[in-house]
Amino acid sequence: MTEQEVLLRVDHLVKYFPIMKGGLFPRQVGAVRAVDGVSFDIRRGDTLGLVGESGCGKSTTGRNILQLQVPTSGHVYFEGVDLVALKPEPMRKMRRRMQMIFQDPYASLNPRMTIGEIIAEPLIIHGIIPKKEVDGEVERLLSIVGLNPAYANRYPHEFSGGQRQRVGVARALALKPSLIVCDEPISALDVSIQAQVVNLLEDLQQKFNLTYLFIAHDLSMVRHISTRVAVMYLGMLMELATRDELYSNPLHPYTQALLSAVPIPDPMVEEKRQRKILVGDVPSPANPPSGCRFRTRCPLAIGICAEQVPEFREVRPGHFVACHLVK
Amino acid sequence: MTGYLAKRLLWLIPVIFIVAGLTFILMHNAPGGPWDRDLNARQVDPTAQKLLNEYYGLNKPLVNQFTSYLIGGTNTTTHKWVCGLICGNMGPSYRIRGMSVQQYLFKPPTNRNFFYSKFGYSIRLAFLALGIAILVGLPMGVISALKQNTWIDYINLFVATVGISVPNFVIAIFLIIIFASTLHWVSIVPTSWDELNVWILPGLVLGFGVLARTARLSRATMLEVMRMDYVRTARAKGLTERVVVVRHMIQNAMIPVVTFLGPALAGLITGSFIIETMFGFPGMGRAYVTAISQRDYSMIMGTTLIYAVLVAIANLSVDFVYVLLDPRIKLTE
Repeated sequence: MTEQEVLLRVDHLVKYFPIMKGGLFPRQVGAVRAVDGVSFDIRRGDTLGLVGESGCGKSTTGRNILQLQVPTSGHVYFEGVDLVALKPEPMRKMRRRMQMIFQDPYASLNPRMTIGEIIAEPLIIHGIIPKKEVDGEVERLLSIVGLNPAYANRYPHEFSGGQRQRVGVARALALKPSLIVCDEPISALDVSIQAQVVNLLEDLQQKFNLTYLFIAHDLSMVRHISTRVAVMYLGMLMELATRDELYSNPLHPYTQALLSAVPIPDPMVEEKRQRKILVGDVPSPANPPSGCRFRTRCPLAIGICAEQVPEFREVRPGHFVACHLVK
Repeated sequence: MTGYLAKRLLWLIPVIFIVAGLTFILMHNAPGGPWDRDLNARQVDPTAQKLLNEYYGLNKPLVNQFTSYLIGGTNTTTHKWVCGLICGNMGPSYRIRGMSVQQYLFKPPTNRNFFYSKFGYSIRLAFLALGIAILVGLPMGVISALKQNTWIDYINLFVATVGISVPNFVIAIFLIIIFASTLHWVSIVPTSWDELNVWILPGLVLGFGVLARTARLSRATMLEVMRMDYVRTARAKGLTERVVVVRHMIQNAMIPVVTFLGPALAGLITGSFIIETMFGFPGMGRAYVTAISQRDYSMIMGTTLIYAVLVAIANLSVDFVYVLLDPRIKLTE
């Protein structure tokens, strides 16, 4: 696996949102540090699961990778090309290679366009296939995601949430991308539908050799789909390892707490086991704690944690942790 | 859809009936009558007034007058049955000799087409004003939203705020002073309305309020749509910015704007009294104002009813345009 080519490399990605105050002449009084120096890479054909609590910057990371928001600093290398430095027009052309599946299938489809038009639009704009073949391609894509091709001239509001998310998947697939950023693609769906969509994503990955960045907060779903998992807290990565390594041998106290929060579907075990329950709230990303971001809630925090930001380093082959206590 | 349309059109009948009743009561309760003259003018002889009242049936009880206006009655001189409003007959004008209300309002001068009638002039002015409002107001709003919080946005907002808060007759006076009195680009009261340039000022003044509201409304809806997830989806598809703006933003942002423009057009047609009077415009609005001051009863009734029907139709048409614009809306019984 290690010989596989690196498709996406994120290097010290930073995104701050300015906080403005004052009505007539607003000035910047601070910044929300949504993403604060995130680095990782994804190899072709892999799925990197990105987990973390709400508001920790997962979605912002995804959007900044695809340049849907302009990063404050840092680099995003896609097949070796730095997307951050790319001018708008080449970036626009680059978009066909990387697509995104959005969290909210209700809001992410234009209500005035039929789903056929929604799927066909990028095909026509990027001129991928001749115009007269577009209809056939749309039908093919609809059947790939398990929708009736005859639905092409229906409008988004005529579909259920799960069906709409399939439309979103078909739309993302239309351009035959190599990378798909899935931004919580299942959290807006019913549990019964979630499995369908995740299985669909898995099938498509094998069929088209796709690479996923899978953003989610559902740990068991991430475990199911990912090859590697990254844990994010307050704009920074805490731990990154292969799936089995991370779930069987979590090193960072935050990862341990997260994993212990997952209920075990066995009442006997569930009753006996000791849970690590975090106290307190996530601090504001506008005013993050000094040193380690997690120290205010960390049960093991010591003096150095408040003074120094722990380095995100490889403690074992392929296993990265940002913690002073892990040797 | 046709069933729905028929139903909505049928609803016009009670609306017309109620508007006619209210107007009739108010009008007859207003002091004075059609035979009054200015204080310094020679008054109509009392015996002549009595004969006129008998001729026009004004000596009958109000209820009888109202029913004969609606349904019809026997002519006092020829003793023949004459059909009333239900046949589209709005009765003879009390002031314009030898002309019925509908002739006065809808009949163009000889050798001219319908658009040269009083009604036609007003309609043309209203559409000109609406055209100016849309062609200027919409781009203003869209550009404002796209360039939010820049000086372009602030200028547009300033113009829009002026347009909403300053009454159009004040704007009219300013524009007349600037363009007619000072610069002499147009004459203050044109002798002929056949040339295009004399239309610009009244059209602009009349449309300015709607223009300002269109600009503000389209700016607001654009700002809302710009933050929609599907716009981000469109960007992620790699569409060009032009396609994202036109197809994904503007088309969705226009839905509320269109629903505003229907009643706005009705407002432009009916709201032109002051402007028509100020510019000496030969339209229906001026005829309406004149009719009220002269207590020309049948003319007041006729113009009021025409306005009521226009407002109703404008609102009705919005409902149908809405269906064309938004696939989520369906008209049902």
